[in-house]
Amino acid sequence: MRIEMERTHSGTALWQVQGSKQKLKEFVLRRIRVMELDFSDRTHVRGHSLYVNREELSEIILEDKSIARVDLAIARPGESKRIIPVKDVIEPRCKYSEGEDAFPGFFGDANFPSGQGETLVLDGITVVTSGRMVNFQEGLIDMSGPGAEYSLFSGKLNLVLLIEPVEGLGKHEHERSVRLAGLKAAHYLASSVRENKWDEEQRFLVKSLVDLYQEFPNLPKVVYVCQAIAQGLLHDNYFYGLNAQGCLPVLMNPTELMDGAVVSGNCAAPCHKHTTYHHQNNPIVEDLLREHGKRINFLGVIVPPVRTALAEKERIGYQVLKLAQMLGSDGAIISEDGGGNPEADLMIVARHFEKNGIRTVIITDEYAGSDGASPGLADVTPEADAVVTNGNGNQKVKLPPMDETLGYIEAIDHITGGHEGSLLPDGSIEMEIAGIMGSTNELGIENLRTVAI
Amino acid sequence: MKQIRVIHYINQFFGKIGGEDMASIPPRFEEGPVGIGEMIVSCSEGDFQIVRTIICGDNFAAENLEEFTKTILPWIEEVDPDLLIAGPAFAAGRYGTACGILCQEVHTKLGIPVLSAMHPLNPGVDLAKKDIFILETGDSAREIARVVPRMVSFARKLVLRAEIGSPEEEGYIPRGIRINVRDQRRGSRRAVEMLINKLEGTPFETELPMPVFDRVPPAPAISVLSEAVIAIATEGGIVPQGNPDRIEAHNASKWCRYPISDISRLEKGRYEVAHGGYDPVPATDDPNRVLPLDAARVCEQDGLFSRLYDYYPVTVGNVTAVRSAEKYGREIGEMLKKDGVQGVILTST
Repeated sequence: MRIEMERTHSGTALWQVQGSKQKLKEFVLRRIRVMELDFSDRTHVRGHSLYVNREELSEIILEDKSIARVDLAIARPGESKRIIPVKDVIEPRCKYSEGEDAFPGFFGDANFPSGQGETLVLDGITVVTSGRMVNFQEGLIDMSGPGAEYSLFSGKLNLVLLIEPVEGLGKHEHERSVRLAGLKAAHYLASSVRENKWDEEQRFLVKSLVDLYQEFPNLPKVVYVCQAIAQGLLHDNYFYGLNAQGCLPVLMNPTELMDGAVVSGNCAAPCHKHTTYHHQNNPIVEDLLREHGKRINFLGVIVPPVRTALAEKERIGYQVLKLAQMLGSDGAIISEDGGGNPEADLMIVARHFEKNGIRTVIITDEYAGSDGASPGLADVTPEADAVVTNGNGNQKVKLPPMDETLGYIEAIDHITGGHEGSLLPDGSIEMEIAGIMGSTNELGIENLRTVAI
Repeated sequence: MKQIRVIHYINQFFGKIGGEDMASIPPRFEEGPVGIGEMIVSCSEGDFQIVRTIICGDNFAAENLEEFTKTILPWIEEVDPDLLIAGPAFAAGRYGTACGILCQEVHTKLGIPVLSAMHPLNPGVDLAKKDIFILETGDSAREIARVVPRMVSFARKLVLRAEIGSPEEEGYIPRGIRINVRDQRRGSRRAVEMLINKLEGTPFETELPMPVFDRVPPAPAISVLSEAVIAIATEGGIVPQGNPDRIEAHNASKWCRYPISDISRLEKGRYEVAHGGYDPVPATDDPNRVLPLDAARVCEQDGLFSRLYDYYPVTVGNVTAVRSAEKYGREIGEMLKKDGVQGVILTST
């Protein structure tokens, strides 16, 4: 579609559309299934094995002068390894077309339509960012033992970046460097094997709302509201490379999330923050798409930032309602990001929706105390009568010693879920599952929940 | 199957010692089953062996709870049982209290499975239900023949550590606690199905009924502010450099207080942020941003109030369990009241 501005003889501007109306493009995910990961002198895929040139990738990461050193390590499912402190987990993805990138807005301008065209996925591996702790919010991944049952990342081949910042680097700058290093590594891995043949292709039709309304006029229209925290250090998310702190809610096509339109800088707390991996593989999007055209008409995703002040929560809540009403929504799922104050946003939107006839399900987790006896949410509203919970983060767990720690085991004394004395003399750890990456994930990617007894 | 070694607790009446006239007898024990104990054994078809029956008068137990448990615990420990059954107590309040407290003590101190049974309004229920399972009964011993088989089958599950179903399925009094379990379907799938049911008008069940919060009425206003002692307190985790008491970044296990009587403002570098739930950079740069000592001193000098309290209480309010928060609030309040503080400015993050 080409838009030209013409001047008419009266001098007033007039928008004129030339050419025929172009359809939105299809989105294609091509997956290379990776079942083994190792280092080599060249980054390439052979069969289902990914080999990584450690030096080349290190050089790319060290282009950032805030990073003094980076060590690369591999953690495979079943190994006796513990990764701590973990900041983010990213799935390697890239676009096929020149000038387009996954994680739009991070490697250049976002001057291309994200969530359309072809995207490569390295399936089965992740990039895990670790190294010296930025603050308290980073988490833990165990590759075997009882801790591994709580995190899908324990089942992945993880390429771990152990990043040491230069001396005296500020916390915000440290966080930024680690976040960008993870994205660079994910981007590097995928784009290094772009020429390889893929194992599986998944096609998504990207449609205009007009098409959706016409195609399924009798199905209930559903929106998905995906909260993304925007509250400062280790509590931020990025929309197209923009810190979401200054953003109003964005309406997205489900496929944009798959292209990395939302990148996580959020670590609070490990159990229930969405990593970048979670945003790329949003299970609510997947499960809504599965029912799309059958029992629902899935219109799109509204991504609202979650701020701290009530005035901001109210402003954003009304914007979410406005978007949902403009779309003519009949139903909605709202997922929480983090815990505590985001529950106020959750309840504000649930109240708005239900009062305006939009049937709503919210999806959260709980902090009900180690004994499970405390109220598990920080805010409530009677309109929230349909809630899915992903477990109680305060549950205690004992994790046996591991042969190898990638990172710094002493971080356990400080991270969320740990405490002074968490590390026992025999090397085992007593902590809350709140410290395990994604254990009570509020997108519902795991199958943990609570029941009342 | 190996026999399950059971301790049975009953009161003086079920112990066939006497009625109200014998309610003051101190604890005693007999080897083997007594009364209902024999029903328990026969109902278990011999799987349960009652190794010892402990009997105590209802008044003695209710009036000397500490001595009651202190006397009985060693009697239980020395026979190394697999299970404690207390009651059933039905609606008998003193008896139910004794059953509840004993079960609670044995469960927390010895870690063996325990079970009681009583009417939901028995005061023993509220004392113990958070820690133990209590089967629901009617108010009178007439239904004993129905209660004992239920106790035996539920107790067997406890000993075998079998999966325990919901209160409705199993017949125990809802304990008001939430435990983690695995569902067959992931959370997102459950959410989509719940939404479709809601949209289609099909019944659905929320997984988390909204919790009910306590309402705290505000204290009466301070009548003469210029004569009042005022404290500043925070849940924002401002602690002396090095976090000497190691307040946790999340779900804090304690609150602390630190002296401020000699200082007019919190100097950068002498305090740090122990809280894991917000961006610590601005408050590290100037801790007064979270604990406004500088502003409080100005108000003090201006005579807005008579004096600032010599300490500031602090904890970390980051995903902290409400039960803990209530406890810290009560303790801090009691301390402030005792020290003559009339008002407090509590800062949050």
